[in-house]
Amino acid sequence: MKQLRKIAERTVETLLTASGAITTLVIFLIIVFLFKEGLGLFNSPVVEKGYVLCVHEKNSVADLTAYQIKQIFDAEVENWKALGGKDEAIELFRFEEIFNHYPEAEFGEDYQYLPDKLGEYIRHSSGIIAFLPKRYAPVDKPGVKTLREAQIRITDFFFGKEWMPTSTPAPLFGVLPLIMGTLWVSFFAILIAMPLGMGVAIYLSELANERVRKILKPTIELLAGIPSVVYGFFGLVVLVPFIQQLFDLPVGETALAGSVILAIMALPTIITVAEDAMRNTPRAMREASLALGATPWQTICRVIIPYASSGISAAVVLGIGRAVGETMAVLMVTGNAAVMPRTLFEPVRTIPATIAAELGEAPAGGAHYQSLFLLGCILFIITMIISITAEVISKKQHHAV
Amino acid sequence: MIEAKQVNFYYGDFQALKDINMRIEPHTVTAFIGPSGCGKSTFLRLFNRMNDLIPGTHLTGECLIDGEDIYHKSVEIDALRKKVGMVFQKPNPFPKTIFENVAYGLRVNGIGDRKYINRRVEESLRDAALWDEVKDKLKKSAFELSGGQQQRLCIARALAISPSILLMDEPASALDPVSTSKIEELIYHLKKDYTLVIVTHNMQQAARVSDKTGFFMLGELIEFSETRKMFLNPEKEQTQNYITGRFG
Repeated sequence: MKQLRKIAERTVETLLTASGAITTLVIFLIIVFLFKEGLGLFNSPVVEKGYVLCVHEKNSVADLTAYQIKQIFDAEVENWKALGGKDEAIELFRFEEIFNHYPEAEFGEDYQYLPDKLGEYIRHSSGIIAFLPKRYAPVDKPGVKTLREAQIRITDFFFGKEWMPTSTPAPLFGVLPLIMGTLWVSFFAILIAMPLGMGVAIYLSELANERVRKILKPTIELLAGIPSVVYGFFGLVVLVPFIQQLFDLPVGETALAGSVILAIMALPTIITVAEDAMRNTPRAMREASLALGATPWQTICRVIIPYASSGISAAVVLGIGRAVGETMAVLMVTGNAAVMPRTLFEPVRTIPATIAAELGEAPAGGAHYQSLFLLGCILFIITMIISITAEVISKKQHHAV
Repeated sequence: MIEAKQVNFYYGDFQALKDINMRIEPHTVTAFIGPSGCGKSTFLRLFNRMNDLIPGTHLTGECLIDGEDIYHKSVEIDALRKKVGMVFQKPNPFPKTIFENVAYGLRVNGIGDRKYINRRVEESLRDAALWDEVKDKLKKSAFELSGGQQQRLCIARALAISPSILLMDEPASALDPVSTSKIEELIYHLKKDYTLVIVTHNMQQAARVSDKTGFFMLGELIEFSETRKMFLNPEKEQTQNYITGRFG
């Protein structure tokens, strides 16, 4: 009997250990997967996979950045001179145009002569840049130069200001507007939520009587449980039109709407954590201050808030964490334009919103897909820094003056 | 001078003090003794209205300080507390520097004159017999001091705003014997400038430091007389029993 119980206990112990180990492993694997998928982006070519760019043999330009390619194909740059070549107009050539220049019969039954024809066409136009599928590209044909297959550079990714993941031939993965959009919206959210949250926390912990507190606190905690899509819906239906009318804007989906919604969503966290920190100030501290002739308000400002400062900072940091990672509500109200934020009254796009909106249409394994994973990594690192900061702050000993 | 006239005090429905009358002369040390829960701390905390912080309490009768009813509507509580300082059972310095702890009372009372604050901090620390131990580390956190030093810091903090009365709620009960004797010595010296009222569990301490002693039991003031008389020849049998350790 005793033996049996021992075995049972041992089994339970093993199971618990195993589940702990599995959980840890799974989390670890998810992170590894995230980074593995994401970092693959820097091995991807600038030009869309399976395609190459060909120019005339005499063209002195050897490689182009993604941004330059985009400028060329958007006809923003129309002369090779601007790209370091000779003074010659750029002629854009897309693969399907070849069918306008030669009768179909000349390509052969299996299109086996297509590369020759492409080569011939390129050889006769010195300013050309041709965007061609690799399998038909006239590589090694006389008079044709294939541009070097450059890879997406880390600096282009982090400091690029254009997020155009579906532009052809060269998608642009500049995440700066997304990172800035995230920080921009979160920053103003905290700017709104912090004073408000602190005010409510002080009221709840110091001024409210027990009855009010008993009603108000659970209500505020309830706010934290409302699904974010509901906040987003509220924002879309109420806040967005309100902002549009109030500031007389062309669209109401702005950074401001995102900030306000995020502020509302971060409030419960800030209030609860800050209020707990203030209530945890020992009674002896309050009494000591009051016994010295300090007014209740002086006691709050000079003793309770300093005493609770680490808890209050942790509250704010946790609030920021909530704001940075929030997806749905922001996606619904910010208008999602991937531009560098300049004012609060323009649409912006955040990292989580980008991932949510684009992952469904990004072909698996492609550069776009990888870039979204990399965005996930960036978000992961940002929120990790935030939660480590919160941890460090709240662990900070009270007696550190 | 402190006077209590027919004081009754209630925590909700529970009556913690019953018909207490007492007169405390200036520049004396008065000790309150009695078993736990007898109401001695509650009574002490009436004089700086610390009991106001506890919701659901009420008071009948009169508490007078220098002839003025401190529970009258016109009394400003913070002004009263400035006049009636308090030292608590457990040392409770603020999470600030030693200097700022002592200066706190001055600052919250609107004093900004640096020189004056510096002087008062030094004087108070000297009066609390702590100056020599901390003069080189005034900028250090108060939490770096030992328990006994922290309690003397709390006394210095209370003295800094020059109260006329100092209430001490078991000021040495959390301290070791050496620190306790330092505090007792301090109480003896403070008598010439302040009126002291001390709650203590330690009867020897009451006998050593006080001029008069009040014995409380179950919310009643059983006996209040000269300390010497109380310990040598108490009037009431309950007092006799308590101080000889037969109960309590």
